[in-house]
Amino acid sequence: MLEISAEVWQAARLTLALAATTTVILLIVGTPLAWWLARSKAWWTEAVATVVALPLVLPPTVLGFYLLVALGPNGPGGWIAGAWGGRTLAFTFSGLVIGSVLYALPFVVQPIRNAFMAIGDRPLEVAATLRATPRRAFWTVAVPLARPGFLTGAVLGFAHTVGEFGLVLMIGGSIPGRTRVLSVAIYDFVEASRWYEANILAAGMVIFAFVVILAMTMIEKRSARLRP
Amino acid sequence: MTTSTAGAPGCIAVAFRGDVGQFHLDAAFTVPAAGLTAIFGPSGCGKTTVVRCIAGLQQLPGSFCAIDDEVWQDAAQFRPPHRRSIGYVFQEASLFPHLSVRRNLLYGAPRAPLAAGREVIGFDEVVSLLGLGALLERAPHNLSGGERQRVAIGRALLSQPRLLLMDEPLSALDQSARAEILPFLEKLHERLALPAFYISHDIAEIEQLADHLVLMERGKVIATGPLHELQSDPTLPLALAREAAVSLDADVEAYDSADALVTLRVGDSRLLVPAKPKVAGARQRLRIAASDVSLARIAPNGTSILNILPARIVSCSTIGPGERLVVVGLGTEGNGPRLLSRITHRSWDTLALAEGMAIFAQVKGVSLIAGSTAPG
Repeated sequence: MLEISAEVWQAARLTLALAATTTVILLIVGTPLAWWLARSKAWWTEAVATVVALPLVLPPTVLGFYLLVALGPNGPGGWIAGAWGGRTLAFTFSGLVIGSVLYALPFVVQPIRNAFMAIGDRPLEVAATLRATPRRAFWTVAVPLARPGFLTGAVLGFAHTVGEFGLVLMIGGSIPGRTRVLSVAIYDFVEASRWYEANILAAGMVIFAFVVILAMTMIEKRSARLRP
Repeated sequence: MTTSTAGAPGCIAVAFRGDVGQFHLDAAFTVPAAGLTAIFGPSGCGKTTVVRCIAGLQQLPGSFCAIDDEVWQDAAQFRPPHRRSIGYVFQEASLFPHLSVRRNLLYGAPRAPLAAGREVIGFDEVVSLLGLGALLERAPHNLSGGERQRVAIGRALLSQPRLLLMDEPLSALDQSARAEILPFLEKLHERLALPAFYISHDIAEIEQLADHLVLMERGKVIATGPLHELQSDPTLPLALAREAAVSLDADVEAYDSADALVTLRVGDSRLLVPAKPKVAGARQRLRIAASDVSLARIAPNGTSILNILPARIVSCSTIGPGERLVVVGLGTEGNGPRLLSRITHRSWDTLALAEGMAIFAQVKGVSLIAGSTAPG
């Protein structure tokens, strides 16, 4: 039987906690943002969409660098941290969550936005002519019809957070139990020539990625069958 | 035309003005808040825009819309669509794909009791009226086009509207699905005292269903009035069309089962038409085409035509190189319902016909709408 050290488990638990927290926050923040991007007719909509999409192109270290500055003791992050007696958000779990949310935002917002746009105006107009308030139309028509977009967005957001390295290293460092996630742990193990642990983690990530992509494809196929 | 700031009781008054895409819409009309008002005109003349404006799905500033005594839009207010008591049937059924037929039907059903005095359209009544009983637990994508449109109509009705809006509900359907739905629309019309607008560019649907008519052309309303009045107005395109006809609502007076003939009374005139048995006192809509009516100065005898009615020439207009359209009023004084007759210039001259002259209208064909079509 494989022997898995406590360090590996610790990193895995931390990674899952980070990815789960990030995904929940992403859905809460990303849904209204995606809705607005899908429905707004303002000329600057695409400018906002571009800002949201920036992490797709930027090296994670660039985003990490700016976040480090912003979250550090002299940035707004330090100021916020001061509210509950901390000195900085950098090298904390909260700091990692903020960074991960920003980094994975496009992976969540874009599928949801596309799903909202694919619905078109008609179902919402029908709901309005059936006395549904805009709020009720959103919850009972737009969200259920955009469900495949939500699933894709959530899976992508979760997976990208699990896999992120550069950004995490920049703003989190590698503090065991606090900021040392799987991808950083692999790097540390390799540095320390602990190939066995690195191997277990790397193989685990390959299996994880395989399962995620397979699951997503199946979900999409299934929901395509349910559409008329 | 009303552009006043208050709604008129018993009326639907609208005035929509503004640039819509390619053309300028300037549509104002007042129609009774009862019966079915058809909006008729060529494709792209603004019919759909008018109905979308009534529903509040489109907003043209500076417009006016009032149903009965309720103002939905004027200079000071614009009521959003979800606060207007309308039922909207779109061209494509647009059912919610994630809900069953039953949940689609109930989506707009009010959760609070209606204001006193308003008649409730019951779920069971709608289900039986539209024949939806077997479909209730099905998913929309398992329905045929005709079934989907029936569910959409039922869903609109169950939102308990004060006004039903139908935007070419049959145009996306094939011939057999249309034939399946039209009788439902007719039943609806008979059973529910619900005012409705019905957009169509198919005159046959209008002859069958409409009580009132709004004629549109390139964004403008060119005439508004009772269907029969506009059909028999020789200044309007309807009467001048090749397939011009009038629709008349007749009372069934008697049925002769030996000869299978029904006696129908229109104004003071009587028509004999072969038909399946009818109950005396029932209402029957009929259609008489201009090409099926010929004129005679003296009552002809020795003819196979059963319906020879005294009438008076009201007007005559030229409609082509060799033909005229004559409008006649039934009755010896000519003040009964009007018929159209298409005759040649030569006949007009040979018979020395003139406006105001008493003549006989020979009606060769009468179509009973919502029943069999048969020669008379």
